[in-house]
Amino acid sequence: MSEVSQLDLDVSVSYPGFSLEVRENIDLTGVVGLFGPSGSGKSSLLRVIAGLEPRASGSVKFAETCWQDSDSGRFMPAHRRPVGYVFQDARLFPHLSVHGNLDYALRRCGSDQPAISDNEVIETFNLHNILHRDVHSLSGGERQRVAIARTLLTQPRLLLLDEPLAALDVNRKSDILPYLESLPRRFDIPAIYVSHSASEMARLADTVVVLQDGRVTAIGSANRILGREELALSALPFEAVSILQVRVARHLSDMHLTEVEYQGQALTVPELNGTLVNDSVRLLIRAGDVAIALEEPRSISVRNVLSGTIVSIDALADSAFAMLSLDISGSQIKAQLTQHAVDELGLAAGMSVFALLKTASFDRSA
Amino acid sequence: MPDLGPLWLSLALAGVTTVILLFLGTPLAWWLATTRSRFRPGIEAVTALPLVLPPTVLGFYFLIALGPASPVGSFWIKITGDALTFSFAGLVIASIFYSLPFMVQPLQNAFEAVGKAPMEAAASLRAGRLDAFFSVALPLSARGFISASVLTFAHTIGEFGVVLMVGGNIPGKTRVISIAIYEHVETLNYRDAHILSAGLILFSFVVLLMVYTLRRASRPHV
Repeated sequence: MSEVSQLDLDVSVSYPGFSLEVRENIDLTGVVGLFGPSGSGKSSLLRVIAGLEPRASGSVKFAETCWQDSDSGRFMPAHRRPVGYVFQDARLFPHLSVHGNLDYALRRCGSDQPAISDNEVIETFNLHNILHRDVHSLSGGERQRVAIARTLLTQPRLLLLDEPLAALDVNRKSDILPYLESLPRRFDIPAIYVSHSASEMARLADTVVVLQDGRVTAIGSANRILGREELALSALPFEAVSILQVRVARHLSDMHLTEVEYQGQALTVPELNGTLVNDSVRLLIRAGDVAIALEEPRSISVRNVLSGTIVSIDALADSAFAMLSLDISGSQIKAQLTQHAVDELGLAAGMSVFALLKTASFDRSA
Repeated sequence: MPDLGPLWLSLALAGVTTVILLFLGTPLAWWLATTRSRFRPGIEAVTALPLVLPPTVLGFYFLIALGPASPVGSFWIKITGDALTFSFAGLVIASIFYSLPFMVQPLQNAFEAVGKAPMEAAASLRAGRLDAFFSVALPLSARGFISASVLTFAHTIGEFGVVLMVGGNIPGKTRVISIAIYEHVETLNYRDAHILSAGLILFSFVVLLMVYTLRRASRPHV
């Protein structure tokens, strides 16, 4: 990774019935997730950063370069900011072919020998077969692939992705997600990714910024935010998700399974298409999918048994459930159990337990 | 066969007016389609005035504004030696105002249909405003340009009142087809009046057919 750029935001915009006020310095490493319910101002904030909201007052600085500052009256217009913006609705130019759309960006990138070439994005996003198609004839997933490729050809220093999956159905989402996952690693460009989906956040984001009613209410690592460890999240209804960074050990293609390894413990998950042995992959574990056993179970269909230690048990107010934090070889995993089960098993912090995970719960298409 | 001079004069007048209005009407229509200025309704109303005013009202004021005693008229005499009224140049100036709404309104509608989204996409791909206009807004509103040009051209061919007031009836200079028909009728030369009138009906029908066919084809297919 190149050195970390910082995005210094001190902006406010008012719309009828809604105001956005954000004062935050954000380290741009990998993918920063901008997470919050619809109408919380995520897209507006992204538009402010891109220079698409000239009415925004305050200041935006990127890597010590001032993009706008209402005190000095400075405003760098959108087309001069080195950002790549991927819109929710792709916004391909209908009068140009796929190739024409890519060429549009390439011709304006300001370099004869751009670091990201058209051949590279055509290959990365698998666009060979649709290069000469009319954009009207593309599927939603194809459109988004072209839109992301087109944006990369502007040689951006910061990628802004505005819910690029929101308009797609579940199958198309799982087509695009691997491309998005590979972006930061492959092109070494920091990204801000907007979504209201906790599972998209868990798949893609390294840091998560939570936006509610136009204000930043929490900011932290993806594992911490998505594990619901912030009080400020109590108003946000999403299921706690844990992230486990695992290594692909081998593909069991005849059974459509992949074996992955986490700190010497093996897990079996549905086949991870497109990954190679030794690739590092994120597994998402929903708290409700985790069961706990005191002894290592036998004669059971569940394939994945991880040993760990209970770190804490928190009763969830006004519900039948309690949230357990488990330490599995240094990673925290959340497990949501009924309070009844916690009592009956006599679970307490410090106990050694086994976490049981059904293979089906790792279905990455969801 | 009637003298076809008035026909060629009408075509020349309509052609020149359309070309000039393409250059003047495009920025005005773009401004009207994109501005949030509070002056917009006022400018829109002024642009639409020729639609509702009797041509004699426009013609009357043009006669005064372009006359040799007016600043414009006397300046024109100084640089060209000719009067602006009762000349082809005077007709062109009057036609530009008279046909303005026929250029501006279809263009404004076309630009509004293009909307902000493609222009923002262009800006995000490093296209400056002028670049984005020519590379995105213009091709996306191509049908609007065709329809505006055809309507402007046809409307200028059909003008009568303003021409009569500003240009009079000078063969080869200001006698356009509508004036020629009027003259044929006045002199009871119905045969020539028929030929020119029927020709104009056919021409106008073909033009409108083109416009409506284009409109049908331009319905978005996404």
